[in-house]
Amino acid sequence: MTERLFEGADWDFRTLQRITDACEEVALKDLGLDVYPNQIEVITAEQMLDAYSSVGMPLFYKHWSFGKHFAFHEASYRKGLMGLAYEIVINSSPCISYLMEENTATMQTLVIAHAAFGHNHFFKNNYLFKQWTDADGILDYLDFAKNYVMQCEERYGRAEVERTLDAAHALMSHGIDRYPGKKKLDLRAEEKRAGRRRQHEEEVFNDLWRTVPAGKSKSRSALSIERRRKLLGLPQENLLYFLEKSAPRLAPWQRELLRIVRHIAQYFYPQSQTKVMNEGTATYVHYRIMTQLHKQGRITDGNFLEFLGSHTNVVFQPEFDDPRFSGFNPYALGFAVMQDIERIVTRPEDEDREWFPDIAGKNDVMGVLRDVWANYRDESFIGQFLSPRLMRHFRMFHLHDDPEERAGIRVDAIHDERGFRRVRRELARQHDVGYIDANIEVVDVDLSGDRRLILHHHVIKGAQLNETDAKRVLQHLADLWTYDVALIEVDANDKVLREYVVSPRPIPAAVA
Amino acid sequence: MAIHIIDRRLNPGGKSLENRQRFLRRAKSLVQGAVKKTSQERDIKDVLEGGEVTIPLDGMHEPRFRREGGTRDMVLPGNKKFIEGDYLQRSGQGSAKDSGPGEGDSEDAFRFVLSRDEFVDLFLDDLELPDLAKRKIAQTESEGIQRAGYTTSGSPANISVSRTVRLALARRIALKRPRKEEIEELEAAIAACTDEDERAELVAELERLKAKSKRIPFIDPLDIRYRRFEMVPKPVAQAVMFCLMDVSGSMSEHMKDLAKRFYMLLYVFLKRRYKHVEIVFIRHTDRAEEVDEQTFFYGPASGGTLVSSALQAMHEIVRERFNPADWNIYAAQASDGDNSYSDGELTGLLLTDKILPVCQFFAYLEVGESGGSAFDLSDSSLWTLYERLRNSGAPLSMRKVSERSEIFPVFHDLFQRRETAQEKAAP
Repeated sequence: MTERLFEGADWDFRTLQRITDACEEVALKDLGLDVYPNQIEVITAEQMLDAYSSVGMPLFYKHWSFGKHFAFHEASYRKGLMGLAYEIVINSSPCISYLMEENTATMQTLVIAHAAFGHNHFFKNNYLFKQWTDADGILDYLDFAKNYVMQCEERYGRAEVERTLDAAHALMSHGIDRYPGKKKLDLRAEEKRAGRRRQHEEEVFNDLWRTVPAGKSKSRSALSIERRRKLLGLPQENLLYFLEKSAPRLAPWQRELLRIVRHIAQYFYPQSQTKVMNEGTATYVHYRIMTQLHKQGRITDGNFLEFLGSHTNVVFQPEFDDPRFSGFNPYALGFAVMQDIERIVTRPEDEDREWFPDIAGKNDVMGVLRDVWANYRDESFIGQFLSPRLMRHFRMFHLHDDPEERAGIRVDAIHDERGFRRVRRELARQHDVGYIDANIEVVDVDLSGDRRLILHHHVIKGAQLNETDAKRVLQHLADLWTYDVALIEVDANDKVLREYVVSPRPIPAAVA
Repeated sequence: MAIHIIDRRLNPGGKSLENRQRFLRRAKSLVQGAVKKTSQERDIKDVLEGGEVTIPLDGMHEPRFRREGGTRDMVLPGNKKFIEGDYLQRSGQGSAKDSGPGEGDSEDAFRFVLSRDEFVDLFLDDLELPDLAKRKIAQTESEGIQRAGYTTSGSPANISVSRTVRLALARRIALKRPRKEEIEELEAAIAACTDEDERAELVAELERLKAKSKRIPFIDPLDIRYRRFEMVPKPVAQAVMFCLMDVSGSMSEHMKDLAKRFYMLLYVFLKRRYKHVEIVFIRHTDRAEEVDEQTFFYGPASGGTLVSSALQAMHEIVRERFNPADWNIYAAQASDGDNSYSDGELTGLLLTDKILPVCQFFAYLEVGESGGSAFDLSDSSLWTLYERLRNSGAPLSMRKVSERSEIFPVFHDLFQRRETAQEKAAP
């Protein structure tokens, strides 16, 4: 019989090493995972709270909003309203997993299997992460960002930097490229580029240029609207990018700050699109690894029961009329679909053969799953792999709430033969970021005229922007743009629903 | 594959302290308002404890574009009885409730915990001690040593390596001490040399260099520098706080409680400004005595009321123990306002001639029974007396208090930062 990894709940660093080795063996050999090198860090509850407030990253630039989040989390943690996560894992190479010190040995095993192998594999192999994130460069880039922000504060004053960052944060969710561009993000090069540019500026600085009389500027002939829009790359939905490139009166350092915020938003973009898959993968992997370790006799029955207890909590899905309900639990949904795929691949029924002819009875569970993990995001994953059996299991139904409808909220489809496809399509759509975020883009600006920036919000299904918040965000936008900004909400038929116009606030006299 | 396991628990904590401070600075006025409000409902002891405050999220809002309204579609789990085409009533609860976690103004008020220091800081932030700079009172206290450049002699423990090496380097360069590479080069040249004459020449050169490098040592005792420290006498401002209280029968528990709260606030406040704060408790009936805190607040006493006795006692204590040249003297007197009629003149004299000239600050707090009737009745004898003194120019601060919740505003009012140093506010 194989030696036990640990007895009871206590662990020390040698135990962690043994656990990691055992997990690794199962993960690489039995499951065929492909992971970044692992780095495991043990932290305290306070450090976990720290990590929470800086979106889980080990280092981040300083900003009051993180302090606010910290205070908020701390208050609710102290009152016992909120438990802390067992772990945080960072998409970087090496892949860093934070483990809480108060976890028992079983929990540490679970967490290592979950984060260091499940999430890690997903980060390394999913196409979105490959496309949008640069695991090797992120930590260096964050370090650069932190120092850069600090230097800016020294040079230009904290208030000024804060103003710019506030504005950039407000626009963060609209600072993302949604379609793959020309080149992959290379954060390390990004950092070098900023350094080089500063150096260049210093080298070629010559105060004499300021005194040279400027020639008559070339009068630009009036451009046609089409030409103008083309020159500015309009329409542009990445507002931060647009400001960074085209805002007329931003200082170079402000552009760099916008760029930093934009890059960080982009780094997190894949995570918001793959919550269900990411957690599902990690949960599936830890479940497989733990079961395997138990089978090998490396975990006692008692410890395994403890694991099952927490596993069950993690994948618990309350029903819609349960007070605990707050939407679909990504762990539950992801894990259920993946287990279901396993079933379809190994023990398909007639219904599965009809719905999933490609994978039913293929027998290579890990092969199929690895392919799924690599090539899908939540929307397409649910859209393709949610089986009728699961819809019945969750007893899903689709509600359509039209405020115009007097009779009430209509049940549009339920988990029956007629409704399967509609329920599935709707659930997939709920996980599509294209639907979750408001569709706002810059459509026009007359740089030689009054410089008013014109944005459109394409209203889908009548959901307009919250007025107070929209005004505040637009205020930030106008402050960066430094001229008037207009936001027009139009519906699918180009009918104007509402129009906002915001003028920039006067810039407070710069403090030397 | 190498797996690194790192113990981060020993890393210094408080990583987000700076973010927190930024947040507090930004929310300062809001937090301050909240602190004031909270402290009114609290016991004094708890004021020192810090604790939870709630601020409106308004100024701290982080806006985002978010959508609301419109037609909505949602897929939910746990269908029990619906079939396609059913209609659900929209009345509030149940299936129609918001499910988006990012929706709504769910956090329009924001609760969080302030530490003790943060709380007291914010609470006392816009307060100021009157006349703080009046005296340059300083008790010299040889406090700590301070770096003071370098010296050529000293204890070996204080050798400044970097400075020594730097000087050695400068000396070696100045005296052209041959470098190791030069000698090595020459040796290599000798080894490679075939011509006898040239070789002899090179050897001679080598000898010369070697001799020179022996003459000019790598580190000379001349180079050695020691870090110099000197003792710096640091002036320490110190203060003494006199708590005078009437404990005659007419003072009820409630009144004593009010007085106590005021004294404690004053203590906390002084403690922030001065390193040493001494407290002297003087209670009086028709005679005064210096007592410890316990007796002061809880000890039973009875008798008539002679305010002058307390002032006399204070004056004596000042003369004996607290030289006004060395101490900042603060006094706060609490009383229900009763005083024996015949005592008025003596009290006034003591105050104007002896007490006020040595005091930084003298506050009179007239405590009344809960219910605030003290304000409706005619002024007490002590109040009338003090008011007359003040009107004739004596630096006296006086307030009336009858409710627990008034203590903070009154205290705040007394010590508010003012444009002019002289306090001339009406009661």
